[in-house]
Amino acid sequence: MLSLLEVKNLTKTFGTFTAVDNISFSLSEGEILGFIGPNGAGKTTTIQMLLGLIKPTSGSVFIFGKDMAKYRNEVLSEVNFSSAYVSLPGNLKVWENLYTFARLYGVKKYKERVSELVEFFEIGSLFNKMYGSLSSGQATRVNLAKALLNKPKLLFLDEPTASLDPDIADRTRKFLKQIQIEQGIAILYTTHNMMEVEELCNRAIFINEGKIITQGTPNKLIKKYGLQDLNEVFIKIARDI
Amino acid sequence: MKLHRIQALLFRYLYIYPRSIPRILDIFIWPLVDVLIWGLITVFLQQSRPDFPLSLLLGAVIFWDFILRAQQAVTISFMEEIWERNLFNIFVTPIRLYEFLFATFLVGIVRITLIGISLGVSSFILFNFNLFSFGFYLVPFVINFFIFGWILGLLATAILLRFGQSAQVIAFAFTTFLQPLIAVFYPVSALPKFIQPIALAIPATQVFEGMRMVILQNKFPMHNFIMAGILNIIWFIIAINILYKMFNYVIENGKLLKLVD
Repeated sequence: MLSLLEVKNLTKTFGTFTAVDNISFSLSEGEILGFIGPNGAGKTTTIQMLLGLIKPTSGSVFIFGKDMAKYRNEVLSEVNFSSAYVSLPGNLKVWENLYTFARLYGVKKYKERVSELVEFFEIGSLFNKMYGSLSSGQATRVNLAKALLNKPKLLFLDEPTASLDPDIADRTRKFLKQIQIEQGIAILYTTHNMMEVEELCNRAIFINEGKIITQGTPNKLIKKYGLQDLNEVFIKIARDI
Repeated sequence: MKLHRIQALLFRYLYIYPRSIPRILDIFIWPLVDVLIWGLITVFLQQSRPDFPLSLLLGAVIFWDFILRAQQAVTISFMEEIWERNLFNIFVTPIRLYEFLFATFLVGIVRITLIGISLGVSSFILFNFNLFSFGFYLVPFVINFFIFGWILGLLATAILLRFGQSAQVIAFAFTTFLQPLIAVFYPVSALPKFIQPIALAIPATQVFEGMRMVILQNKFPMHNFIMAGILNIIWFIIAINILYKMFNYVIENGKLLKLVD
């Protein structure tokens, strides 16, 4: 399968501290890759480097075969991002937010595209509400609608289900699975919920102290460590370091 | 430069204005308070010196407001993204920094137009002062003041990028710190001799000197306007360089998400 994301020997140091230490991996078309690790493992720094918001100390990032250091703005028109920790402006209404980002991404017939997503995520009743007044679950659905405005080929999702109740989290995962199947989007997915990784991800990479510790399909990783589930694998890896 | 991205940000900022009381106050009330204070001071001075020109202080305060509000248009637009924790969302779109800055420039034009109308109407109604009494000279005055205000906005944004939200007080007060040097209400000759060359290196000082010459001598001071234009270009080059350096510093050090305290 075509590799949409190629990360080669990526390293980031801040003074004497190495946040990301010589990591390499790839992500193929239509694949969901779990990028997991304990707090402070280097996940957020890596994602920011992949999006060109932090300059790597060394190494390279190729998206759609293009070097992010040279073609960042061109590449970003086909990439999108959503995080539980990065909200949209609370003092704008939902439709104002969606129209603003649709225009930023240069979406043609953006009102139609917004309507499609509003229907898909069932957020019609929120359309005229201030984003700041939404519940976590409602905000997550709006964030995901924003993340799909430009029909991205590659999506970065940073703990999209954090702070959601189990029902809404389950619905969100189903939305994501449906998007992956229908649109073939590649997703880099960070989460602390290992059940989500087992349910959603084709592959997972464990990172700790900036280094890749292990990687593989969820089933292979569970077998490799001889444990019951991925949650136990996570705990073992986090404590063994 | 893509117009759809600039339009996106322009609309994004303008959506907020009609429902934001602080922004409405900023455009319609605070300038009115300035006009009232300086208009009344002028009326008081005219009681002992009837030939004291109304436009000397009132014109000065109106133009000063142009600089201040143009600077704030840039600074507040950037702060808006910090307050709303939206910088990350903005900069993972294909937008380029210069498009962002151009959008703030347009926001500034909208603000200045509204404030200009507000100031012009209020000073005419309250003190019978016609802003258009400057005639043709009004155009170069306003353009120079607006550009200088925008340049100060770029510098204030650079401060915010380097030091984060905790520096917002400095960023907002930045223009006011310069006010004594700009010689808004008095001639440069009133400043201590050793400070005068520094004051004259500020574009707005040249324009205020020119404005006084128009009022007091009815002469168009071409020299001041040429100097103001040249200085604005020099200040712009310096400001944009500092801003890009600070932006690169943020990208180098992974500070974009950490600008919020």
